Amino acid sequence: MNQAKREATRRWLGLGPAILLIFIFMIIPLCIISTYSFLESNPYGGVKPHFSFAAYSQFLFELDFDDNVVFNPAYLMIFWRSFVLALATTILCLLIGFPVAYYIALQPPSKRNLLVFLVTIPFWTNLLIRTFSWILILRDSGVVNNILIWTGIIDKPITLLYTNGAILIGLVYTYIPFIVLPIYATVEKLDIRLFEAAHDLYANRRQLMRYIILPLTAPGIIAGGILVFVPSLGAFIAPNLLGGGKKLMLGSLIQLQFASSRNWPFGSAVALLLMAVVLIAMLIYILGPARKTDMGEHAG
Amino acid sequence: MTNNKHTSPRRFFKIGQFPGFGITTLLFFLFLYIPLFILVIFSFNTGRSATIWDGFGFNWYLKAFNNDDIQRAAINSIIIAITATTVATMLATFAALILSRARKFRGQNISYAIIMLPLIVPEIVTAVATLSFFSAIGLKLGLVNVIIAHTVFCIPFAFMPIRARLQGMDSTLEEAATDLYANDWKTFRYVTLPLLMPGIISGAMLTFIISIDDFIITMMVAQAGSTTLPLYIYGMVRMGITPEINVVSTIMLCISTLFVSLAYLVGRKK
Repeated sequence: MNQAKREATRRWLGLGPAILLIFIFMIIPLCIISTYSFLESNPYGGVKPHFSFAAYSQFLFELDFDDNVVFNPAYLMIFWRSFVLALATTILCLLIGFPVAYYIALQPPSKRNLLVFLVTIPFWTNLLIRTFSWILILRDSGVVNNILIWTGIIDKPITLLYTNGAILIGLVYTYIPFIVLPIYATVEKLDIRLFEAAHDLYANRRQLMRYIILPLTAPGIIAGGILVFVPSLGAFIAPNLLGGGKKLMLGSLIQLQFASSRNWPFGSAVALLLMAVVLIAMLIYILGPARKTDMGEHAG
Repeated sequence: MTNNKHTSPRRFFKIGQFPGFGITTLLFFLFLYIPLFILVIFSFNTGRSATIWDGFGFNWYLKAFNNDDIQRAAINSIIIAITATTVATMLATFAALILSRARKFRGQNISYAIIMLPLIVPEIVTAVATLSFFSAIGLKLGLVNVIIAHTVFCIPFAFMPIRARLQGMDSTLEEAATDLYANDWKTFRYVTLPLLMPGIISGAMLTFIISIDDFIITMMVAQAGSTTLPLYIYGMVRMGITPEINVVSTIMLCISTLFVSLAYLVGRKK
């Protein structure tokens, strides 16, 4: 009994501070914006304490000059663009990141450590700096156009910056280390003897990948995928710098509402919408097949 | 590692190797590093353009070093990152120890979920929620506001590598220590902590990056006078691209690389 009490005390001392901090400065703030999303906006900043669904209906409808409610797809388009770009980013990151993580994990230890180190260095480089470096490459007087003109392939600069493609490159460039590291961690733990067993049982490379490697690295793949998808969806820097701030994504839309547009309720509503998509992604993760093996480990 | 030696010559491929993975890795690293090299090279450009080469020189470096705003922003960034990293890593270490080493208890899963929450919530949502909260309670403590915000979202980044390390650690060593009459503190100090250290260091590294890298939350939460380097760089990029941005970026890049190299060497030590 005493032992149990001591353990409970220790539990509180250990867990308490982290949980309290997150509760006060994260959960309560989230409750606040949930409330704000049902209030009216104050054009001078902040909110008016009047209950209203205006913030949510603004997402789909607007009032025209005669005060009729009309359908307005502009915000829906922003949502769609964000979703597609985030999905494309995740898929590209997986397609590039998996072979890289796998290749690195199978190297001899000294080389492996060096390569992991090289993956982490851009991590340490400021996100803005990394995105900015692509402006230097993609702009009209940038490196790519200069090279293409110099070699005579084109004679006028082609527009590369401020396109969806530029945003996509920026997002992949930004988030790809997030996918390499978790996958690497799972591949590194793979037991090579399983490969040998599969080989002895006449499995070819495809079968080895399909039935041994992919299922066992699934937790890393899914964790990495979520680590890329979630921040891509709410990305702000890449769309603003490489998309020129005109091709808005959800992140920029929310930021604008709290900055220049001063419509906190609408900003809060869009933020909650973004949260909802993220929760759906999480749910897919929890209900997905990979989670089961993970839970099996916990039970065992 | 010895497993490779068992591969007999009759096998027509090396087990577990896939064609094209090597070349993908090479291209990946080129993709990762070429933009950074371009950035560094053009910081030595003497001309006014950031992408048209004029000549080699250090004139933009002199200009940046004498810029008081840059100095102030750098100091702010470092204060915030060090404080947030220290607090977040400590809290995360304790939380990870409880969640992976203690016996199962009610509320374990919900505790885990709360700790991972800042990772799940998109940064922009955290940013506007924190802004709303600080403005609702009227908290105006300058840098402290930014430090609080950073500490909170850094916790899971410190937590994950520490917990991963704990899960990979053999708990029989700790049991052995207990069997040899080491008390809880001694077990922790001489067995758990040294084994856990690489996890704590990589957790702290990750946290430091996340903090010093952060732009969005800082942008929303920072008041006048709390400008950090990312905020300053963003302002410069919006005003027009000059080699001065390349200079500041290159310096940040060098400091980061130096820092991560040191952490890497320390982490490798037995």
